[in-house]
Amino acid sequence: MIETVTKIDLPVDESLRIVKNRIQAGKGKRISIVTGTHGDELEGQAVCFEVGKRLREQPGCLNGTVDIYPALNPLGIDSITRGIPGFDLDMNRIFPGSEDGAMTEYMASRIVGDIAGSDVCIDIHASNIFLREIPQARINTHTAQQLVPMAEFLNLDFVWVHAAATVLESTLAHSLNSAGTPTLVVEMGVGMRITRDYCRQLADGIFCLMHRMGIWTGEVIAPKKPIISTDGQVQFINAAASGIFIPQVEHTTQVCRGDYIGDIVSPLTGIVVDRILSPCDGMVFTLREYPVVDEGSLIARILEV
Amino acid sequence: MKRKIIFELKSLYRDSFRVTGFLFGHGEKSACIVGALRGNEVQQLYTCSQLVKTLKRLEAEGRICDGKSILVVPSVNTYSMNIKKRFWPTDNTDINRMFPGYDLGETTQRIAAGLFEEIKDYKNGIQFASFYIPGVFVPHVRIMKTGYENVDMAREFGLPYIVLRQPRPYDTTTLNYNWQVWESHAFSVYAGTTDTINHDDVTLAVNAVLNFLRKEGIIRSSGFVHEGYIASVVAENELVNVQTGAAGIIDRFVQPGANVVRGDLLSRVLDPYDGSVRSEILSPTDGVVFFVQEEPLVYANASVYKIIRE
Ligand SMILES: [Zn+2]
Repeated sequence: MIETVTKIDLPVDESLRIVKNRIQAGKGKRISIVTGTHGDELEGQAVCFEVGKRLREQPGCLNGTVDIYPALNPLGIDSITRGIPGFDLDMNRIFPGSEDGAMTEYMASRIVGDIAGSDVCIDIHASNIFLREIPQARINTHTAQQLVPMAEFLNLDFVWVHAAATVLESTLAHSLNSAGTPTLVVEMGVGMRITRDYCRQLADGIFCLMHRMGIWTGEVIAPKKPIISTDGQVQFINAAASGIFIPQVEHTTQVCRGDYIGDIVSPLTGIVVDRILSPCDGMVFTLREYPVVDEGSLIARILEV
Repeated sequence: MKRKIIFELKSLYRDSFRVTGFLFGHGEKSACIVGALRGNEVQQLYTCSQLVKTLKRLEAEGRICDGKSILVVPSVNTYSMNIKKRFWPTDNTDINRMFPGYDLGETTQRIAAGLFEEIKDYKNGIQFASFYIPGVFVPHVRIMKTGYENVDMAREFGLPYIVLRQPRPYDTTTLNYNWQVWESHAFSVYAGTTDTINHDDVTLAVNAVLNFLRKEGIIRSSGFVHEGYIASVVAENELVNVQTGAAGIIDRFVQPGANVVRGDLLSRVLDPYDGSVRSEILSPTDGVVFFVQEEPLVYANASVYKIIRE
């Protein structure tokens, strides 16, 4: 059933609605699938579709509640805007929001209130338009003990346990985890695009987790065993110069120290301004997708092995 | 005066990105003044230009105290200014959310690091700041309660108000916060507008900084600068937030600095199609209007005034 999480009147003849689809059968646990906080991240759209479609096809296999929230930032998705249009604000920096705050704060508060109480929440992100990511969960060290075992069912390639940062305290996941609703952040693919294989992979994983939670009796795959890593094993490659980045490796390739990752070139002069080599042995789990780089732009992240 | 390039980044097709500073006097790093960190902070840029102009004259007249130096950085974000964008042109990141920066990190982290390395050792750090909501404040100095804040020094600006802010998570990455963590006395000066210029407020902000520099023994009296006000101290969380209620077109009836009493009509929100009244915004308290939001179309529950309760 389509339900309105919150509705707000905009200045001129339009209402903003944040909606969810509640699919319910029996008295089992509740999972919330959430995406679209960043309006330029679209991979989650295909995941929501895929999960909804399978639930429609096999309604008898569900014994619990699945809430699908495909668009926490509908104005952003509609206008190809990462943040909340009109506010120039990153929606993932305003949680938990407040009931009597500005419109954005109010929305945030209503969203948290609606999702809270789920037994699990999956918050799906799709990197940004610049970087392509392997399907991964991002978990901060404080919640690792509880969340890593859940993430292992999601059929992901990688679980990144990262240090807690103060600025991340205003994210949806932090607010929900603090309120006792276990929330897993998934990052995968690239902004403004759909990567079909990744979307199916995560949808498979969501059903594995639902099976584990006892709310899905349909067939599931055996989930992939993800690599679990901490910050210490992640190496960053940033552009040493501005230019056009031309990769020489495919995303997710295994590389050795010194392997050729790509070039930053100057189309004006025909000169390679920076030849990028791998600083270690490992897997390229993040790779630059958007060719134009400034000095400092992230080119790749390598998971050291 | 010495003009120096503090940080430079080469670009593919644009001229190099430069952060330029103007250094006055010699010796101890006494005060650093930073203007625009965002591309729309034109008032802040203009205020710095007037400060540079004045300090140039004071230096020529030998009125910068011996062994003291002052650095003014009018803009840290020329790239965004020149294309009329608020945040960094490519990735839309905010330089004022990147401090203390990281010299091997992403572009805006490098800019923050390059700037901060140059300015972190100044005894006093002053930033001409802007608010994320377009609007006008009564001129004030804002300091963050980090445990290092110094209210008495903030009085030296002679601005009418001092606002004490309890840091929130995102504040930890701002320039002001990091200056304080690095044991500089950090002050944010809010005077007037952001993307338009208000000359009275520019003069007020320049005089405030000159007052501060004089009282700190960094410049010698220029004689003609008004001493300013005896500041009232206000905690930011005690400001009364007045919201729109309904969304629509707003008609405002009061200006920053106005005295209001409880029940005064501050604004009406109108239906944008037929002009009928959607909500009347009444003052919830006796007090002084401290902030007025300035956009004609307002969202529901938008914060349109902040009032200092009497
Ligand atoms: Zn995201």
